[in-house]
Amino acid sequence: MPVTSAPLAVTAYTATSAVGAGLNAHLQALQEQRSGLRRNDFSTAALPCWIGRVDGIETQPLPDAYAQWDCRNNRLAWLGLQQDDFLSHLQAARQRYGSARIALLLGTSTASIAATEAGYRRLEDNGRLPADLRRRAIHNPHSLTAFVAAALEIDGPCLTISTACSSSAKVFASAERLIRLGMVDAAVVGGVDSLCDSVLFGFNSLELISPEPCRPFDAQRRGISIGEAAGFALLERLDAHPHASLRLLGCGESSDAHHMSTPDPSGMGAELALRDVLDRAGIDATQVDYINLHGTASQKNDAMEAALIARRFPHSTRVSSTKGLTGHTLGAAGIVEAAITLLALREGLVPGNTGVHTPDPACSSHFAWRNESRPLAIALSHSFGFGGSNACLAFARTTDGAAA
Amino acid sequence: MSALCVQVEGVGLWTPLSTHFEALRHVLAGEALPEAAARPPTETLSVNERRRAPESVMVAIEVASQAVNMSGHAASDLACVFASAYGDQATTDYMCRVLAHVPTELSPTRFHNSVHNASAGYWTIATDCHAPSSAVCAGTASFGAALLEAATQACTRQCAVLLVCSDTAGVGPLGELIGCQLAFGAALVLSPATDEAMPQLRLSWVAQAPRHAPLPPACTTWMRDNPSAASLPVLAMLAAGGGECVVAASERRGLLVQMERTT
Repeated sequence: MPVTSAPLAVTAYTATSAVGAGLNAHLQALQEQRSGLRRNDFSTAALPCWIGRVDGIETQPLPDAYAQWDCRNNRLAWLGLQQDDFLSHLQAARQRYGSARIALLLGTSTASIAATEAGYRRLEDNGRLPADLRRRAIHNPHSLTAFVAAALEIDGPCLTISTACSSSAKVFASAERLIRLGMVDAAVVGGVDSLCDSVLFGFNSLELISPEPCRPFDAQRRGISIGEAAGFALLERLDAHPHASLRLLGCGESSDAHHMSTPDPSGMGAELALRDVLDRAGIDATQVDYINLHGTASQKNDAMEAALIARRFPHSTRVSSTKGLTGHTLGAAGIVEAAITLLALREGLVPGNTGVHTPDPACSSHFAWRNESRPLAIALSHSFGFGGSNACLAFARTTDGAAA
Repeated sequence: MSALCVQVEGVGLWTPLSTHFEALRHVLAGEALPEAAARPPTETLSVNERRRAPESVMVAIEVASQAVNMSGHAASDLACVFASAYGDQATTDYMCRVLAHVPTELSPTRFHNSVHNASAGYWTIATDCHAPSSAVCAGTASFGAALLEAATQACTRQCAVLLVCSDTAGVGPLGELIGCQLAFGAALVLSPATDEAMPQLRLSWVAQAPRHAPLPPACTTWMRDNPSAASLPVLAMLAAGGGECVVAASERRGLLVQMERTT
């Protein structure tokens, strides 16, 4: 039997991706429909494709106190944490609740694997990793969360969720459960994934990489463009912030049980997650004003997702993918697109579906091909990952509270 | 801090020297160890999947199958949480070696096996499970952190949840650095505590270092050689029918696990 979730206050959120650092950069990119994608200038061997790369990471090492965690992914996490006064919001929460009453739940698909790759490129003569990279802290999938827990001095439950491209959406569900049970009063959720050869050549081996900037839901789409990003949100009990204007209404999760690397074309798994989120949020499809789609520009995802929208939502619901701006940021996609969804609610902006030349005829009239200005009260974000891991999030903006 | 109460409906265990929970009882009783098993039978997987699945997936699926069979639940109905401190180190070693020399020759199957949720993916496909599945880690505290996550799911969803925690031996330069030398997996089926005849665990978040009742030397060796063997103090309590321990649940905190003695 579905259990309705209690809404949570989203008291801070931020995103850093190829379009820039922080919410203002993202809002500007959305308003101007300005893509952050560039020709691949990252992979260690040639790979003709486009990527969403964050500038300046190479020249910004972590502060000395965190030297053991220094690597591209943790630098990107650190850069992301400095945006939008996130740290001062967290400081206020720590004073309010105490460090052991705040949970930390972060998603990542590859963590700091780029550092392990770098070590293997220059092994010492005895076959060991080079001295500067002989740091256990960065050669495991918990590297990101361990670093952020130390940097933020959080003593509550601390977990990395690594379910490929749904990772940093599923963190919201885990946080909501911990808060609902009274195990904590607040949670930092988020995710970070950074560019690395593993994903560029891995998706290349599956023939999923587009040679041109990705075109989600285009009739001639040719695959994904991989990006990197960091994002964080602070979730708190609503009774501590009764006037919070942005709220998490609920999270839905499911498994495809179909295939390790392609979605179930019937969309059954995705639809189960969608039903779950609507049940938990206590809303029905007619109340959903906007959906930020998973929309990767892979043939199969976009076909499945377009059909799902056409059969499940009334035409008043507007939908779009924003991966044409950021690229597919994999384990960080959930949090980046949650932040974009929250921005859309805050601004009353339906982001246009960037990158499309000719819409796929399978797409219904729900699709917003260009930006639209309209009041939005409830919006969803979709995240579907390898291994058939699906997550949908529901957010709301209320007008009875103070302005965000 | 409030506590969570869950009951344990099924237990699974596989390591070469103890291939199921009953075998662990013999180890805990101080009996001689059997001959080492080579690999888990993993009958839940189809022949085709067994051929594609790496050892990390085989160990995870073996212990998952044991726990679910003991519980009597249908695997297809169970939400699941798969934890592993290091994921599939052999696949990571393969990926990094190929990427360092001939990146365009990366195998697509090895790539999709490299995701941390590979075991969860294989399991849900093999059991036709559409319930939520997760894949998590928390370094050497992975078992404790995942136990809390699974218990939280059971208590909020009011249903049974499968928890699996497993790691396999590392190889190559990465394996040399990490030092995980053994395959070890444990699984529990947890549900909200309602039936007093079932073993019940009370879980609380505490500022305490890990501690547990003395275990036989074989168990302490496994705990040294594999982070997922941090589950052994809890399995030993289940075998003994009571006790308490603290398992690491983050870098700085622990999970106090208490089990009232059942007679």
